[in-house]
Parts: sequence; structure tokens; C-alpha cells
Amino acid sequence: MAPLLEARGIRAVRLGRPVLSVEEFSLGEREFLSLVGPNGSGKTTLILSLLRLIALREGTILFRGADVRTVRPVHRYRQNFAAVFQEPLLLNTTVYNNVAEGLRIRKRGGEETEASVHRSLERFGISGLRDRNARGLSAGESQRVSLARAFAVEPEVLFLDEPFSSLDAPSKELILRDVESALGESQTAVVMATHDMAEALRLSDRIAVMGSGRILQAGPPDELMRHPADEFVASFFGYETILRGAVEEVLEGSFLVSAEGRTVEIAGSAAPGSDVTFSLSPESILISREPLERVSARNRFAARIDRIIPAGFYFKVHLNCGFPLVSYITGHSMGLLDLREGEEVHCAFKSTAVRVLQMRGLQGGGGRQ
Amino acid sequence: MDLVVQGIVRAAGLLASGDREILEITLLSLRVSGGATLISTVIGVTLGAAVALNRFPGRNIAVSLINTGMGLPPVVVGLWVTLFIWRSGPLGDLGLLYTPTAIVVAQVVIAAPIVTGISLAAMQNIPEKLRFQILSLGAGRARYLALLVREARLPLLAGVMAGFGGALSEVGASIMVGGNIRGYTRVLTTATVMETGMGNFEVAIALGFVLLVVAFIINYVLTSIQQRIRS
Repeated sequence: MAPLLEARGIRAVRLGRPVLSVEEFSLGEREFLSLVGPNGSGKTTLILSLLRLIALREGTILFRGADVRTVRPVHRYRQNFAAVFQEPLLLNTTVYNNVAEGLRIRKRGGEETEASVHRSLERFGISGLRDRNARGLSAGESQRVSLARAFAVEPEVLFLDEPFSSLDAPSKELILRDVESALGESQTAVVMATHDMAEALRLSDRIAVMGSGRILQAGPPDELMRHPADEFVASFFGYETILRGAVEEVLEGSFLVSAEGRTVEIAGSAAPGSDVTFSLSPESILISREPLERVSARNRFAARIDRIIPAGFYFKVHLNCGFPLVSYITGHSMGLLDLREGEEVHCAFKSTAVRVLQMRGLQGGGGRQ
Repeated sequence: MDLVVQGIVRAAGLLASGDREILEITLLSLRVSGGATLISTVIGVTLGAAVALNRFPGRNIAVSLINTGMGLPPVVVGLWVTLFIWRSGPLGDLGLLYTPTAIVVAQVVIAAPIVTGISLAAMQNIPEKLRFQILSLGAGRARYLALLVREARLPLLAGVMAGFGGALSEVGASIMVGGNIRGYTRVLTTATVMETGMGNFEVAIALGFVLLVVAFIINYVLTSIQQRIRS
């Protein structure tokens, strides 16, 4: 089945600088696609391009298989969609008028408009705000109005541009639940830009990781998590320590990799000489004041503590053992070990805790783990 | 000081007696400046929005010209309008010289750049993202502009008030193109200048007072509308 919305070779330029260069983009019927990337990675520009709100230097956008340039006037094309931006961007009028505006633009009848607005206000729990001026609402209420306005028109595609990033955690959770429930009742496909991977993992059928105006990798969340295309993508999935090295020696059931002057043992198989990119999850790094001699962990190093960063229920300890390493330890362990920056400690991790992200020059068996 | 006190007392008497000539001058001022403001609003809001929302070569020059126009000296306007509508001028055949219409034209030339400049600033101040939001709702050109005007209505009303103030208070252009003809083109400002020149200070004070009251009432009404919108 042809995708609902497609883009091929689209490029956009702003102030003489290329800001978007996407070879392929597609969105299926009822699909939830998240665009994940840091600020300035081109997420918003891609959304604005798909909405035809900014001019493209080149490329083609297809909606239901038809080139969107053939749809004139352009607002007829946009009426297939709705958008919610990071700031609620409400009109200086009542909540009712805000939610009704999209329906009025689409020339829906009075009764239909009234019913749709009523349904949408109910869905987002803001019926009581109906006659209030939208400019006097809290951030959470405003974003609910913005979402109610978008859902009221029953769009074929809903574009969400970081819609939850300005909300506090409890408000965000409540609105996320309402959005999930609203999507469950509708046929709408969604493109959501976010830099919050947790949001993306929770809601998405597919994730596209963006950087420097390009889609670096796209696929189902678990596939991207297991096989990130590069270090940039891996960093977005929470891989704190990413290292590269060459296979020095192959053992039985494991192999030794030389990385930044140290040797790391990794469980699995590999061909000697292969280039390996691997990562370590911070939860799997042990820290000890004493040398770790009689433990099952095959990788044991002396390390210096570079930084200790409190992170809520745990501490993030940045170690240097010839290569940088990050370990998470609980407040209880921190109290027990009384760690301080600049101190020498010992760390260890199991060969099975190492995740191989990429292996190049591999000959014969083995592969990605 | 006596001159001032006497003038104020006699002016109060004139106003209290409902002097017919002052009333006629006041009504003509309102008609002429009100009409000029109305035309300036249509021109100014349209032009201001067009320049604010579009990118075109020479846009900076256009904005600079509009901003310069906001401070046009009325006598210069009077001179050029006179040249255009002079009997042998390009628009001489229209027979506008020394008519109320000529004053309206001159006041439009004065007030329209003021309304345009303030409208331009008001429309430019609407965040680009709000414009994107309105367009993403599927709004066509007309609805888009209507919603933007509604969003910018507070500063736009300020522009209308400034335009009306500019039209009502100017005197140089009105004298030059209107001729200050009694009962025909005599407005509050031109009458005040004439009466002062003739030494009739009590009449001049009365006219000046009426001018201030008229300006206050119109601005009070517009401000009330503006503040109601705001609240």
C-alpha cells in the first residue's frame, strides 16, 4: 500500500544555509512516527516543509501518491492536516473560538462545529474553560486547547512539534495519556518532533533520528535500539560510553579488542583485524575501592574519577581508565564508598555487558550482537 | 495674564451660548478628519500588512519611506497637494482646490503613512510561529489576513488614533489646499490660526478648547474599545 505522505530528495535553505536534506521520508496510514534529534537537527524544518509552510529548494512531496504541488490553492492541501507546536500559539479569543477556528475555516456547518468542539473539549477535559479567553490560561491548559483544536478537525496527519517539552512532568503525563486515548479513537497518522527519547519510545511505531538536517536512521524503536547506525544515533538511545577499536585476538567465545591503549574482552565472535564500535551501559560498570581480583568480570581497570554528577535517585560517575567510562551508582553505594572527584578507584565490567554496535571487515561467522 | 483669563471667560461664554459658527466648524473638522482617518486606515492597514508579510527586493527602502512618511511636514504636503490639484496641475480638471475634499486628500497624505507605519510594526510583531499556526489550520489568504488583523487589533487601534490625531491637528496643509473659506473649508485648526492672527483670542481659545475636547472624546472612545479588547 502506498504511504500516506512521502518526501523524496527534499532540500531547504534558510539565510543561504542548507537546513534540510532528506532523501526519503514516508508515513503510513495511522502510523505514529517520531522525529528525534537535538535542537537544530531539522525536525521543525521537516514538519514545516511537509505542511508547505516553507519553500523547498528541490524535491517532491507526495500525499496519497499525488505530487502536492498540483494541489492549489495550497490551503486546500493544508486542510488535510493539523499542527501543534511547542508554544500553544492560541488566538486572542475564547477557548471555544480557538477550537472552532479550524472547523470554520473548513466551512463545517454550525451544528457540526458545535458538536466537534464540544467533543474535543470533553476529550481534553477543558469543557469548563469554553468561554475563557485563551490568553489567560496556564501552560498545561493552553496546550490542551491547542491539542483540542488539532483533534477537532479530525486531520489525516497530525504534526506535533515538541508539544510536551514546555510542560512540567505531572502535566505532561496527564496530557500524554489524553493524547494516547484520543489517538486510539481516531484514524489520524502522527509525525511528532521531540528530543525526548522516552516520549518517542512510548508513542511511536517508527522513529527517525535526525541530525544536521538529515534523517540518519529510521526504523522501529527496538531495531534502532539494537542496531544504531552510528555513534550519534547510539547516543540518543542512552549509550553513554561508545568506543572503537580493532580485534587483536580471538578467544573461545570471546575476542580481545584494543581500544585507546587498553584491551577490552568482548563476548562473541569476530575476525582478527575487524574494526569494532561498542558501547557499555552505565548500569553494568562496577566501582570498587579495592582491586577487583576474584570476580567473574573479565574487564578490570584502575581508573580516576573525573566528575560526579547527581542525577536524582543515582549518581553519574565519569571515570577515566585510559578511555572514558560512565557508571551509575545509587546514593546508598555513594555513601558507602564515599567517592570524590580526582580519586583513584577500580572498575570492572563483564565481557557479556559489552554491546557491539558495528563491526567492519568481519570475515566468516559472527556479526552484530 | 488678564488677556488669558479674559479670553478663557469669553470663550466659555461662546461655547455655553452654542455659537452656530463654532458648531459648524467643529462638524466640518470631524467630517473631514474622520473621513481622512477612515481612508488612511484602509490604505495603511492593507499596505502595512502587505509590507510586513512579504519579502521583496527594495523592502528596506519601502519601510524607510513609510517611516519617513510618518513625520511628513504638513506644509510640504500642502504644497505638493496644491501643485497637483492646481487648476493647471495634473489633477486640476477635478476642481478640488479650496474644497473640503482637497483637505481630506491632504490629511490622507499625512495620516496614511502614520497608520501604515504602526500597522507594519504591529503585523511584524506577530510571531512567525503564530502565522504558521494560522496557516496550518488551513486558512486561505483572506481568512489569514482577517485573523492577523484581529490578533494585532490593539496596536492597530493605536495606529488609527495616531492617524486621527495627525489629521485633526494639522493646519498647514488644510490652509493651503482648503483656503480657510468661511462656512465651506474652515476647520478648527485653520480657524484658530486665523482668529489668533486677528487678535480674537477668546474665539481662538474657544476653538482650541473644542479641538482638544473633540480629540479627547474620539481617543477616549477608541481607547475604551482597545482596553475592552485587552481585558
